[in-house]
Amino acid sequence: MSDSQQPSDFEPVDVFAETDGMDLRPGSDDCYKCSTCDTNCPVAEVDDDFPGPKFQGPEQWRLKRKDDYDIDDSITDCSNCLRCDTSCPSEVPLSQMHNTARSQYVDNQMSKLSVEYIRNRILSNYRTSAYLASLFPRTATFVMNFGPVRWVMEKGLGIPSERDFPEFATTTFRQWWKQRGGAQVQNPDKRVAYFHGCYSNYNTPEVAKALVHVYEELGYEIMVPEQKCSGTPMFANGMLSDARRHAETNVENLTAAIEDGADIIASCTSCSLALRQEYPELFDIDGIEDVSNHTYDALEYLRIYEDLEAELEGAEVDFPDLAYHAPCHSRNQGLDGQALELIENIDGVMAEDVGDSCSGISGTYGWKTEHYDVSMEIGEEMFEHMEHAEGDVGMTECPTCAMQMEHGTGYEIKHPLEVLEAALVSEE
Amino acid sequence: MAIEDDVLVIGGGLAGIAAAVGAHEQGARVRLVSHKQSTMRQASGLIDLLGYTPNGDGPVVDPFEAIEELPEGHPYERAGLDAVRAAMDMFDDATGEMYAGSHTDKNALVPTHGGAIKPTARYPDSAAPGIASAHGDTLFVGFDSMIEFDAPVAADHLAATGVPYETDGATIEFPGNLRDDAKVTRFAHLLDRDDEVAVDGTTMPVRTALAERVKEHIDGHDRVGFPAVLGDDNAAEVRAELADKLGASVFEVPMGPPSLPGLRLEDRLYEYLHEIGVRVSTGNPIVDVEQANGEIDRVVGDHTGREVPYKAQQYILATGGLVGKGIDSDREGVYEPVFDCHVPHPADRYDWFEDGAFDDHEFARFGVPVDTELRPLDADNVPEFENLRAAGSVLGGYDFPSEKSGSGVSLATGYAAGELAGDRV
Ligand SMILES: Cc1cc2nc3c(=O)[nH]c(=O)nc-3n(C[C@H](O)[C@H](O)[C@H](O)COP(=O)(O)OP(=O)(O)OC[C@H]3O[C@@H](n4cnc5c(N)ncnc54)[C@H](O)[C@@H]3O)c2cc1C
Ligand code: SF4
Ligand code: SF4
Repeated sequence: MSDSQQPSDFEPVDVFAETDGMDLRPGSDDCYKCSTCDTNCPVAEVDDDFPGPKFQGPEQWRLKRKDDYDIDDSITDCSNCLRCDTSCPSEVPLSQMHNTARSQYVDNQMSKLSVEYIRNRILSNYRTSAYLASLFPRTATFVMNFGPVRWVMEKGLGIPSERDFPEFATTTFRQWWKQRGGAQVQNPDKRVAYFHGCYSNYNTPEVAKALVHVYEELGYEIMVPEQKCSGTPMFANGMLSDARRHAETNVENLTAAIEDGADIIASCTSCSLALRQEYPELFDIDGIEDVSNHTYDALEYLRIYEDLEAELEGAEVDFPDLAYHAPCHSRNQGLDGQALELIENIDGVMAEDVGDSCSGISGTYGWKTEHYDVSMEIGEEMFEHMEHAEGDVGMTECPTCAMQMEHGTGYEIKHPLEVLEAALVSEE
Repeated sequence: MAIEDDVLVIGGGLAGIAAAVGAHEQGARVRLVSHKQSTMRQASGLIDLLGYTPNGDGPVVDPFEAIEELPEGHPYERAGLDAVRAAMDMFDDATGEMYAGSHTDKNALVPTHGGAIKPTARYPDSAAPGIASAHGDTLFVGFDSMIEFDAPVAADHLAATGVPYETDGATIEFPGNLRDDAKVTRFAHLLDRDDEVAVDGTTMPVRTALAERVKEHIDGHDRVGFPAVLGDDNAAEVRAELADKLGASVFEVPMGPPSLPGLRLEDRLYEYLHEIGVRVSTGNPIVDVEQANGEIDRVVGDHTGREVPYKAQQYILATGGLVGKGIDSDREGVYEPVFDCHVPHPADRYDWFEDGAFDDHEFARFGVPVDTELRPLDADNVPEFENLRAAGSVLGGYDFPSEKSGSGVSLATGYAAGELAGDRV
């Protein structure tokens, strides 16, 4: 009921330089206490200690403006799924509020020597661990899942031994890209820069390759700029200074690609969310708005710029039936319906939605011993729906949702781009 | 390339959903785009058609009769009585067992959380055993942390209306030591799964523990009313088990926001859209319009800063009222932000409000005026666009909080607009 402030009206602010300086007051004043956010929060639904997003966001923001207010510990129990941010009818910038409060908590209230801090730092710098592991992928996959090592991790670091570490690819996507000699299509009129993120580089290069095949089939020239972590796991762990360092490199290389006429596409919905929304909300870096405005999810981009329905007409594939989960971060970008709509056009494959619940893992959240049970309890609804669905193969756009789906059901998990590849690209 | 369909519905509340169904039934390919979740999650879950006349008379006994008497310009008058009936039939089909009240044209009187008795046309089956006209000694049970529902007060209010049965209220602590501000979804989740909770130094399933605490107060009552938090996915099972353990029928009292019956209804209706094959895109607003020859050619969605075109032959505006952001106001005036449709309002801001909070405020009726085809009209009473219709609380000419007509107007005008649009493609 207010003359609401659109998020785009917010000045981008540099949180890291001066966390307390950001004025989110208009955002917190926009809250009319309808509690829509609270009814969308998967953590508040299962965890009695969690006060919920309305408190965590606008209410805590008001308290924070008074002197000597300590951020409530419960901020570390928020999984950063952003369902609250997605749902708020009044454009209260909940994600920005959570991210800044979390960073303030980590900076001022968390011991840098605590096991928790060290563990969170390791988890959020997944790219570094993945890089090291990629040097000896087979050994790494074995060692990381080796009983005694996992025992030490659980006891020493609080990483739950129930979880299986993802397998590391023997050839990373970037290695493959280099070996094939980079782009196979040159086209100054249709150019995209691919932000592959860490996971499809180190763990699931088949997703990245599917993207390359589909886009080249449709005549796009693909650039693969140097890139670091999108920052998603760092935001979720309050490590904004780490995130900023990575963001600087990403923004620099991606703005260069934009100058070369490219739009940016991502295959991981948390990466696209970070570049589009969290970057300009949290950092003031030259070109960051440009990056935000030129970034798309890879499927979304094709839906807008190609006539995919015509391309897919008559397409037939031999693909197992799929149980699809829309990641919370795709929901936040309004992309939750698109994968199923696309697949409807392809003969020979059936995909079924497993409902709108959260998978529960939320990136690094479910990788912490203290959150493992909550994470699995949230995921329960999705697991049940997956088991009821016809298909015995899962599908999602988010790598960590995929881990959770696999962990809870034992299913193999595909990415929608892999289905599109099967439908559009003839095998060489 | 635009994202292309026959009919594009903008707004995902009751009005938008009804419009999508109406257009779909005419054989059109329909897409519904909605920015955020709708006011359904805040509303009680009751489907009010008309509880009081615009003059404040009532409660209305037969809303269908009263609708025929409404003045020109009221949304029901614009849509027509047949549309109202057709929309209610559609609603009954879509909700099936979940809703009651279709057996009669008359309003039911349903006790709500503030102790008020509300005249309404359809109510969740979970509220059915509690309607005031059904007889039976009634016990209301409240939870001490949930101050919005004061059970003894609700009992007194109901008694004061002169019902020929006993009413009592008891306040208990919900088992399991929940935090004081536990969310409605927390209660529902526990009850849905019948999780073990800690009580008196031991643990037991929460439904059993709750029944134990209520039993101390049951004292021969025929029915027991709880605040509407009794489960979500397995709500019917939760009520049945409690009823069995208590030896009384169990019902829910509709609550203020956030409302579980509203959530359940939203889930059900979206599931229905999915079943019939309406495409739904949520999360991005429609922000602009491109026109050609007095018609809407395409509209523009804002995908996180990028403009994405959506194209259709027919469009329906169902973006809600002041709460849903379909109507906005600033110092300059009152406007409809997507198509900039004409919104009549007094030039002087001071004429928008009356002095008392409960007076007849002009602003409550702000909204777009439409012709009998539900096309928004400009200041000269000419349709703004040939292929645009409007429905729900974006419409002017009625005051839903005082008439108790919110959901009914949204369903009727939405369904009618959808049928008309679907018929044109
Ligand atoms: C607190 C509360 C309690 C209520 N209680 C009752 C009750 O007890 N009984 C009853 O009958 N009625 C009740 N109502 C009324 C009723 O629920 C709704 O107000 C009415 O049905 C309006 O529905 P609507 O579809 O027109 O609009 P809304 O429900 O407001 O939906 C509008 C939708 O449009 C979307 N939207 C807005 N702008 C854009 C855009 N630019 N692009 C895309 N999407 C957009 C919004 O995100 C929203 O989803 C209550 C309402 C409220 C607020
Ligand atoms: S959904 Fe938005 S407006 Fe509603 S309580 Fe939450 S923050 Fe406030
Ligand atoms: S981000 Fe997710 S877990 Fe955190 S408060 Fe919002 S809805 Fe809850």
